[in-house]
Amino acid sequence: MAKSIDVSDLDIYYGDFLAVQGVNMTIKARSVTAFIGPSGCGKSTFLRSLNRMHEVIPGARVEGKVVVDGQSLYDPSVDPVAVRRQIGMVFQRPNPFPTMSIYDNVLAGNRLNSKRMKRNEADEIVEKSLRGANLWNEVKDRLGKPGMGLSGGQQQRLCIARAIAVEPQVLLMDEPCSALDPISTSAIEDLIHELKSDYTIVIVTHNMQQAARVSDETGFFNLKATGEPGHLVEFNPTKKMFSNPDDPATEAYISGRFG
Amino acid sequence: MSTPNLEKPDAPSKRASIPLTSARLPRFAPQLIGAIGVGVAAFCHVVLGWPVVGSVIVGGLVFLLALPAWSLAVEGRRAAVDRLMTGLIWTSFVIAMVPLVSLIWTVIRKGAPVVNSEFLTYSLFATAPDQPPGIYHAIMGTLIITIGATIISVPIGVLSAIYLVEYGKGNRLARTVTFLVDVMTGIPSIVAGLFAFALFTLIFGSGFQAGIGGSVALSLLMIPIVVRATEEMLRLVPNDLREAAYALGTPKWRTIMKVVIPTTIGGIITGITLAIARVIGETAPLLLIAGLASKTNTNPFDGAMTTLPVQIYSFNSRQETLDLAWGAALVLIVIVLALNLVARIFGKFFAPKTGN
Repeated sequence: MAKSIDVSDLDIYYGDFLAVQGVNMTIKARSVTAFIGPSGCGKSTFLRSLNRMHEVIPGARVEGKVVVDGQSLYDPSVDPVAVRRQIGMVFQRPNPFPTMSIYDNVLAGNRLNSKRMKRNEADEIVEKSLRGANLWNEVKDRLGKPGMGLSGGQQQRLCIARAIAVEPQVLLMDEPCSALDPISTSAIEDLIHELKSDYTIVIVTHNMQQAARVSDETGFFNLKATGEPGHLVEFNPTKKMFSNPDDPATEAYISGRFG
Repeated sequence: MSTPNLEKPDAPSKRASIPLTSARLPRFAPQLIGAIGVGVAAFCHVVLGWPVVGSVIVGGLVFLLALPAWSLAVEGRRAAVDRLMTGLIWTSFVIAMVPLVSLIWTVIRKGAPVVNSEFLTYSLFATAPDQPPGIYHAIMGTLIITIGATIISVPIGVLSAIYLVEYGKGNRLARTVTFLVDVMTGIPSIVAGLFAFALFTLIFGSGFQAGIGGSVALSLLMIPIVVRATEEMLRLVPNDLREAAYALGTPKWRTIMKVVIPTTIGGIITGITLAIARVIGETAPLLLIAGLASKTNTNPFDGAMTTLPVQIYSFNSRQETLDLAWGAALVLIVIVLALNLVARIFGKFFAPKTGN
C-alpha cells in the first residue's frame, strides 16, 4: 500500500514570499527519507506541501508538480481532504485532541471521517495502532483516560498511532522527536524502523545522527543566502551522504563546520 | 574574549557582603494599623460626631498612610512602597465591593419579607377579592421572552463567530462584520426596543404587542455579546489541533464540529449564559414592545407579556406597591445568580480533561 512520491520543479510560496525553490526528487516507497538542513530553510514547508497541509495557512500556495502513484496532488480536480487521508502527518509538538480519551484519539481519524464501525472492529484498530506505535503495553489499562494525561513521549506515540490508524500510504513526520527525551526518541526511531515495511516515511529532523540512524535516503536543504529562498542542495542515499557527499556545502553542514 | 571585571580580586567579596536578613515589621502590623484605623473612624464618628462617610474616609487614610510610614522607618523604601500598593489595591477592592454588598443587602432586607409561595405562584390578575398579589405572570414572561431571545441569538451569534474565526480570517467581509458587531455592542437598549417596535408595527400594524417582539429586541442586544464571547473562545483553540484533524483527512466543517467546538464548548456556554444574564434585566425595550399585563400570558405570539424588570418598574411607580418591587427585584437577582451558577457548572463540566 505504500507509494512513491515524485516531486518536480516545486516552488512554494507564502503570499508573495518564495520560501522554497525548484525542488526535484523522488521519494521511494517503503523506505525512510530524511530531510536535514538549518532552521528556516524550508524543510517543514516542503514536507507540508507533500500532503497539501501547506495551503491551510492563508495566502500559502505551491507551483510545480507533486505526483503520487501517477496522480498529481495539485491537480484542480484533486480533493485535499482525500490527499490527507492517503498521506498522514505527525507534527513537531504532540497534539492529541484534548476532549477525547486515548481510545477516541486513536480512532479520531476514522470517527471524524464518519466511518461507522462495530465495537470489536474499533477495538481491533485501536489495539493494532497502539501496538504499532509501541504504546499498547503502557496504556492498555487506561484507554478511557484523556489523551492529555500521558507524558510528552507517550503523547507523540499516541499521535503516531492516530496517524497510522487510518492506514495512510505515506507518513510525514515533522521533527517528531524534537520535544522528546532520548528514551522516547529511541522508541520512536525503533518504531520508524518497524513502520518502514508498510509505509513510505518522510521525516524532517535537526538531528543528523537521527537522520543517519533511521533513513535510507537523505535530502539536504539550505538557503543560498539570507532572504533567498531555500532549495534542495543534495539528495542521495544516506550512506553516501554521510560518507562521501557530492556537494561541499553538504559536507560542511554534516561535519559541523557550518549551520 | 577576556572578562577583566570578573577577575578583580575584591569583586566577589563585595557581592557576598549583601545581607539576606533585614529589619521587618511584626507579622501583625497590618492588622494592628487596621485596628487603629477602625478606632480613628469610630472616634471621629462617635466622639466628634462626624458623619459616617467622612469618618470612614479618615480611618481609611490613617490606615493607608500609617503602615507605609512605619514600614519606611523600619524596613526601607522598597518594602514601604510594597505596603502602600498593597493597601491601595485592598482599598480599591473594598470600594468596589461596597455598592455591590449594599445593593444585595438592601434588596434582600426589603425584598425577602414579600417573597413567599403566593407571591411566586399568583399573578396580578385577581380572580377573587382577597387574592394576594403575585409576580407569576412576570416570571413566566421573563423566562419565555429570554428563552425566545436565546433561541434567536445563539445560532446567529455562534455561527457568525465561527465564520469570523474559521472562514473569514481577516478578509473584508469579516472585518466589516467585526466592526458592526462592535457597534452593536454599544446600541442603547431603547434603540433595540424601538427597532423591534417599528419592525412589528410595519408587519402587523400599529399597537402590536407580543412577547416575540421583546425576544427580537433582546436578541439584538445579545447577538454581539454571544459573537464576541464565542470568537474569543474559538481563537483560544490552538491551530495545532485543527492541523492535526486536517492531517487525518478530516474536512474543515467536521473539524470545526468535532474538534474545535467540543474543545471550547464550556467557554461558549459560559459566554451565552453571561449574555442571557446581561439581557434578562432589560426594561426599556420590553416596555415598548412587550407591554404590561396583569394576566399570565404564555403565548409569546399574542398579546402583552410582562417581564420582571417591567413589572418592577410598574410596581415602583406607585407608593402602595413599592414593597412588591423589592420582592420582584430579589427574585430577578436570584434568577441571574442561578444562571451564573449554571454557567460555571457547565464550564467545569465541559472543560477539556487533563487526566491523571
